Amino acid sequence: MENFTPIPALIGGAFIGLSAAALLLMNGRIAGISGIVGGLAAPSRGDVAWRLMFIAGLIIGAFAYRLAVEPNMALALTPSLPLLVVGGLLTGIGTTVSGGCTSGHGVCGIARLSPRSIIATLVFMAAGGATVFVMRHVIGD
Amino acid sequence: MSKEISALAAGILFGLGLAVSHMVDPAKVLGFLDIAGAWDPSLAFVMAGALVVTFVAFRIASGRPAPIFAESFPAPARKEIDARLVGGAAIFGIGWGLVGFCPGPAVSSLAFGLPQSLIFVGAMVIGMAGARMITQGPAVATGTS
Repeated sequence: MENFTPIPALIGGAFIGLSAAALLLMNGRIAGISGIVGGLAAPSRGDVAWRLMFIAGLIIGAFAYRLAVEPNMALALTPSLPLLVVGGLLTGIGTTVSGGCTSGHGVCGIARLSPRSIIATLVFMAAGGATVFVMRHVIGD
Repeated sequence: MSKEISALAAGILFGLGLAVSHMVDPAKVLGFLDIAGAWDPSLAFVMAGALVVTFVAFRIASGRPAPIFAESFPAPARKEIDARLVGGAAIFGIGWGLVGFCPGPAVSSLAFGLPQSLIFVGAMVIGMAGARMITQGPAVATGTS
């Protein structure tokens, strides 16, 4: 567990919780990223600008952190085009069909004790774990 | 305008949270999913931190008549466990495990200017739009996402 970083994880998690709290108590919305992004695919009047602003904030927040705190922060992201495309497509399809992702089901749904969200979170974590196992320990060396 | 400003503020908080915790880095997420390897439980701590705050927020909401900038709080979460929920979650989990991105970190990672982020997000949006057209028709908003 040499990469384990519990303190930044808890602090970052609290920020995410504050985001969900702000969106809920001010706008009456669930902070589920797949839902916020996916809602742009079926735009309705008065329902587009806040989504774009939230998405802009997601990028600005990470950018500001990088600029102010960790200028050398880098992401380890696969260079494989097929993996990126298939991973992106499956993520888009799966979160739309199941109505949520790590934030919508995993954080907001579980926080309101939704059985659907608890099941969804267990399933996507198990599927993610199985996928990584196959990629790293079966196909990989 | 006020609900756009609050959405921007909430988005910035979320992006900060993903960066502070390094969940914006797929290596960190894959480290959590790789239980058979050098397991990194950090993601569980991110969720725990987020859950505590969000749980309190839902308690506060339940005691209020309405949010500040909107007419009502979200409808209660749906209850039924069906094949779409489980199948969709499994499909998402496979995509998550292939790259290490879920929707939030994928979007947030655009701040790092890597072409891979753009490719992933582009494919994800196409997947969302396609799944919506096929399963829901064009104008249905989802509940819990």
